[in-house]
Amino acid sequence: MEKYTKFTGVAAPMPLVNIDTDMIIPKVFLKTIKRSGLGVNLFDEMRYDREGNEIADFVLNKPPYRGAQIIVAGDNFGCGSSREHAPWALKDFGIRAVVSTSFADIFFNNCFKNGILPIVLPPEDVAKLMDDAERGANAQVTIDLENQVITGPDGGEIAFEVDAFRKHCLLNGLDDIGLTLEKQDAIDRFETKAAQERPWV
Amino acid sequence: MSGKTLYDKIWDAHLAHEAEDGTSLLYIDRHLVHEVTSPQAFEGLRMAGRQVHAPDKTIAVPDHNVPTTAGRENPDQMTEDSRIQVAALDKNAKDFGIHYYPVNDIRQGIVHIVGPEQGWTLPGMTVVCGDSHTATHGAFGALAHGIGTSEVEHVLATQTLIQKKSKNMKVEITGKLRPGVTAKDITLAVIGETGTAGGTGYVIEYCGEAIRDLSMEGRMTVCNMAIEGGARAGLIAPDETTFAYVKGRPHAPKGAQWDAALAWWKTLKSDDDAQWDKVVTLKGEEIEPVVTWGTSPEDVLPITGVVPSPEDFKGGKVEAAKRSLDYMGLTPGTPLDEIKIDTVFVGSCTNGRIEDLREVAKILKGRKVADGVRMMIVPGSGLVREQAEAEGLAEIFTKAGADWRLAGCSMCLAMNPDQLAPEERCASTSNRNFEGRQGYKGRTHLVSPGMAAAAAVTGHLTDVRELV
Repeated sequence: MEKYTKFTGVAAPMPLVNIDTDMIIPKVFLKTIKRSGLGVNLFDEMRYDREGNEIADFVLNKPPYRGAQIIVAGDNFGCGSSREHAPWALKDFGIRAVVSTSFADIFFNNCFKNGILPIVLPPEDVAKLMDDAERGANAQVTIDLENQVITGPDGGEIAFEVDAFRKHCLLNGLDDIGLTLEKQDAIDRFETKAAQERPWV
Repeated sequence: MSGKTLYDKIWDAHLAHEAEDGTSLLYIDRHLVHEVTSPQAFEGLRMAGRQVHAPDKTIAVPDHNVPTTAGRENPDQMTEDSRIQVAALDKNAKDFGIHYYPVNDIRQGIVHIVGPEQGWTLPGMTVVCGDSHTATHGAFGALAHGIGTSEVEHVLATQTLIQKKSKNMKVEITGKLRPGVTAKDITLAVIGETGTAGGTGYVIEYCGEAIRDLSMEGRMTVCNMAIEGGARAGLIAPDETTFAYVKGRPHAPKGAQWDAALAWWKTLKSDDDAQWDKVVTLKGEEIEPVVTWGTSPEDVLPITGVVPSPEDFKGGKVEAAKRSLDYMGLTPGTPLDEIKIDTVFVGSCTNGRIEDLREVAKILKGRKVADGVRMMIVPGSGLVREQAEAEGLAEIFTKAGADWRLAGCSMCLAMNPDQLAPEERCASTSNRNFEGRQGYKGRTHLVSPGMAAAAAVTGHLTDVRELV
């Protein structure tokens, strides 16, 4: 995985609460056997009409936000299914971070596996960033994972929390499976013990 | 030191490694796999030259894409991309040597129905699947939850998952349920109470007299929707009901192993002095048959209520309610039981088991599906279908004018041809009423199986208690 570096990009406002994974990537696009190419269908049913024409007032169709790299979202973003197609579509579109007051658990985990940083902030900080994101092309927000700071268009800074292990993996572009296989001895020991204690498993 | 919860005990029994910061490797006892969220994971294994670490603990079945109509072995019944996904699972199961129930096997069905039915799911296990409704298996006192495709690949390669421990939440349903009220009403009522993010960060243990009184089928319905409340998993402590269900299943332990397993399973309950981070209590006798009016599972009201107004809500929910009402084509103040429906869907991992079909048959017996309403009944597995036919339920369904189909996920998420048309309104026993879930612009009302059957008979959402 690529290393996660400090970046500045346009933040798009999506204040709707409970944006679910069916909205992020409708099921018709889950029939792929690849990880790539889903960005064009991100938010498909909100973004296009039935004939495939763009719906002009959907945020990511508005000129300043067409290249957005950050989404500032309402509560409980990513609720619903476990489909990793949701972060794959976000990533393929170019989204590198999502900010909300809360995320659904599986979506939150899936983001980290795909180089997307989900940031949880208190409601007042999300409201401030939502206002910033309304500024169109001027909604330039900088995300610095190493120092755990978001810098808004006016230079105001908001600190955020992130799990230390996940931060380490993102910053260094580490592969989870490779890391776990380094602990193969521990897994082997566990399996030997479990086979004695619970042989029926 | 305080006691442990059931979740604490299962967690401790599966901890293969723990780092200083609490990042843990949790060992996985059962990995269930379906065709939609696994192809990229198997591709990842191949590219890295890795094998499946524990093929004996890995079970695959196609369910999301498969048609539910007769003659589905014929590949022409599937779209090209669906066919490719199912073919990929066929090939991956064979190449990596994992257990497999192909489309033409009588045991094929929805992965969360097949696992318990075949005895793969046992108390005290860790169970994962690339599907959020893996929470279903928690009904056995197993720690079970959905994972993403990267995690599917991780479990295939290592039989472990990188995890941090969740917090403990107790949901107690006291007393007895009133007639006409079911497990589906319990689980929807809990989400109505806590909201869809109320369980985020927690593992829920459901307990109390009303939960104890439920069959295994009902317990699976309750745990199935723990994810709709945001929880990582839902659990119910195993008891005699659980053991009776498990005993004799094809992959359940036998003989001396059964005795040893049973002795351990009986220890799987929360200690009296266990510490809970959050407690929610509902009175069983106060729960009514419920229905959803909006596009989030938290949009729950008793069937005796009326469509709410956006002004009834606060914060971001005001806009969300406006959007939902517009999408659902509903006017505030309309009595819920006056809402006319076009379609009824019975099935899914929430309500596709034999007991659910019996509830439907009770209402449909001697009655007809209303004119202009289509009713689709999709069993959760080939074996559920076989049993329903043996019990005479299928005959009741077809006589009533319902469409009795083959097993699969079907219209719960409409990845196969079973879909709603735009603005078509459906009373559904499934688990999600999201926009577009059952078909582009389709409108979903989540209900129990009995309520679904009642709606089919009258042509509008109906209080099932009027028909029993």
